[in-house]
Amino acid sequence: MNASLPIKHTQAETDLIDRFDAAKAHLPGSQVIVGLRDSAVSQIRDKGLPHRRVEEYKYTDLRAYMKSGAPLAGPATLDEVRAILDAQDSYGDLDRYRIVIANGRFMADVSDAPALAGEGVTVTDFSEALSAETAADLLAQPTTAGLDGVLALNTAFVQGGVLLVVKEGAAVSKPVEVVHVGTGSGALVTRSKITVSKGASLRVLETFAGDTGNGEINAVFDYHVADGAKVAATRLIAGDADPARLFTTIATIGAEAEFKSLGFIAGPSFVRNQQFVNFTGEHSEAKIYGVSMARGEGVADQTLIVDHAVPHCNSREFFKTVLDDRARGVYQGRINVAPHAQKTDGEMMTQALLLSEEAEMANKPELEIFADDVICAHGATSGQMDEDLLFYLRARGIPEDEARTLLVLAFLSEAIEEYGEDDVTEGLEARVRDWLAAKN
Amino acid sequence: MLEIKNLHARIAEDETEILRGIDLTVKAGEVHAIMGPNGSGKSTLSYILAGKDDYEVTEGEILFNGENMLDMEPDERAAAGMFLAFQYPIEIPGVATMEFLKTALNAQRKARGEEALSIPDFMKMVKSKAADLNVTMDMLKRPLNVGFSGGEKKRSEILQMALLEPKLCVLDETDSGLDIDALRIVSEGVNKLRSPERAMVVITHYQRLLDHIVPDVVHVLSKGKIVKTGDKDLALELEKNGYADFVNAA
Ligand SMILES: Nc1ncnc2c1ncn2[C@@H]1O[C@H](COP(=O)(O)OP(=O)(O)OP(=O)(O)O)[C@@H](O)[C@H]1O
Ligand SMILES: [Mg+2]
Repeated sequence: MNASLPIKHTQAETDLIDRFDAAKAHLPGSQVIVGLRDSAVSQIRDKGLPHRRVEEYKYTDLRAYMKSGAPLAGPATLDEVRAILDAQDSYGDLDRYRIVIANGRFMADVSDAPALAGEGVTVTDFSEALSAETAADLLAQPTTAGLDGVLALNTAFVQGGVLLVVKEGAAVSKPVEVVHVGTGSGALVTRSKITVSKGASLRVLETFAGDTGNGEINAVFDYHVADGAKVAATRLIAGDADPARLFTTIATIGAEAEFKSLGFIAGPSFVRNQQFVNFTGEHSEAKIYGVSMARGEGVADQTLIVDHAVPHCNSREFFKTVLDDRARGVYQGRINVAPHAQKTDGEMMTQALLLSEEAEMANKPELEIFADDVICAHGATSGQMDEDLLFYLRARGIPEDEARTLLVLAFLSEAIEEYGEDDVTEGLEARVRDWLAAKN
Repeated sequence: MLEIKNLHARIAEDETEILRGIDLTVKAGEVHAIMGPNGSGKSTLSYILAGKDDYEVTEGEILFNGENMLDMEPDERAAAGMFLAFQYPIEIPGVATMEFLKTALNAQRKARGEEALSIPDFMKMVKSKAADLNVTMDMLKRPLNVGFSGGEKKRSEILQMALLEPKLCVLDETDSGLDIDALRIVSEGVNKLRSPERAMVVITHYQRLLDHIVPDVVHVLSKGKIVKTGDKDLALELEKNGYADFVNAA
């Protein structure tokens, strides 16, 4: 009954299966990892890439979008990587540690591992860790993700990444930028695991520099937030790349812990940012923010599932989207509250600003509540720029373009400010201005 | 300064005629008051002066220092010295008042070919003018007009006017919503701006404001037309007898 007819593969699916056959022998991992990779590829072979008839991809049809599958990027040279790092300025001169994953591989020579060691953070190469016989849990899938196609692609092809472990009680003084660098030679598929031990705190800046030719980026960040620990993860996806940009956050949150994230999307043609947040301990809090901008025929998708499996946890989701031309924005947010997860407090809001008549926002906030003593709310709005606001600003001498910029910034800043990581605010607002200035 | 000749205007959307032939000349140094019943077109006139495109001018012209004002964009008018203190100042979430003031001032300076003001100079200027108008630092840090009381919004409008130092100030019911002390403070702020180079048009329903800001000329607007023009005593007469005499005549 479960066996379905073989599907007719698209060019991209054929390419990806060929890519697997070609890369298989070189991809890192022990026997158990090889097994996981094989079954992930079988999933792609049997079901194809995720498409619009798969509920979670209804508005983000990767199968239709992806026209081909480029090879995986080969190793990068230090010089290439240095040049790209010098040219990028995601956060200007913000004081931070840096960890570099170049063409899918951890690159120690340009990473601040020694300095981080001094702060109680160990940094190791994810691809080496995969060769342990016990490595299977490094590729563990969140139960709420089901048979997610983007995660399957990641498991099949993952090249490397980093393992960060923050030791108990360590409050890392500066943000850690994990920068993915592409030298234009193909797809980047990475996974990183970030473990923040009891009472420790860490701020992560996930950034992407350079390009990937025709290849996609598929990056997974798997956060383990122990009891009393705190994490803020800022993901910055900017630029104007056409190949698919596929990102996944997994967060497993212990007791009395806090996980915050901001997914910032400005520009690439096809972005999926999905997050699976799971509470495993009581009295914890997750605050998930999103800021998306798309124009042209672009697609910016923010999808998340927050799973309240235990009582007494709060979650807040606040997403802002600005769309121009014929771009499409997607917000799919689900809060699950298990039958015994009493005293859950969940509040979800998604707001879109449409700069053109043809832009389209698909807002899908969902609550699945099986407990009775909870406070959960959700809201969704979508509208054009308020002409009266625009007129007010212009009547004070602010030219139209500048007034529009100010209003878009004001709209998006509400989420950035509530996220409250002050040292990234300026950098992110500069990216909003860049995006606005890039029009035409 | 301002010459309005036979101005006819209608609502762009449904073509309802609101202004039906307004003639008004305001010279530099003068203060004109415009009074008139609700719905007579006072705010419409002020919006047309500021350049709101909800309205369509079907006849007549407006000259601002000899230039055709109707050809100018709202921000160009502002840079040229036009200022409207709105009857209903709008709330702009996410735009900090201070940031807004700086952006507006520097945009106008840029349009006039002047240097941007340095941050310390700007701060000094804002602080002293805000203090004159009883506008607190706390208000300046908040998003523009968001959560301001009615009176605070009006004071914020006058602060903007004081900072931008326009040539033509149009005040649309700036007195409504002000308590007695605020009325005095705001009037003092306005009077401080009176100068031989500056003209003012003060729209109000109440003689009370005109005790503080004494007008040179008072007009009565009714059904989109100026039906009576006089000196400050006209306002006193209206206060006593209402509009009946003029409205019927119109
Ligand atoms: N944008 C608009 N759409 C529809 N009707 C409008 C619009 N603007 C003005 N009007 C109408 O035009 C008329 C004049 O309005 P206006 O606001 O100019 O009056 P006013 O003299 O300022 O009145 P008040 O003393 O109550 O402030 C009113 O009947 C009003 O309803
Ligand atoms: Mg009015």
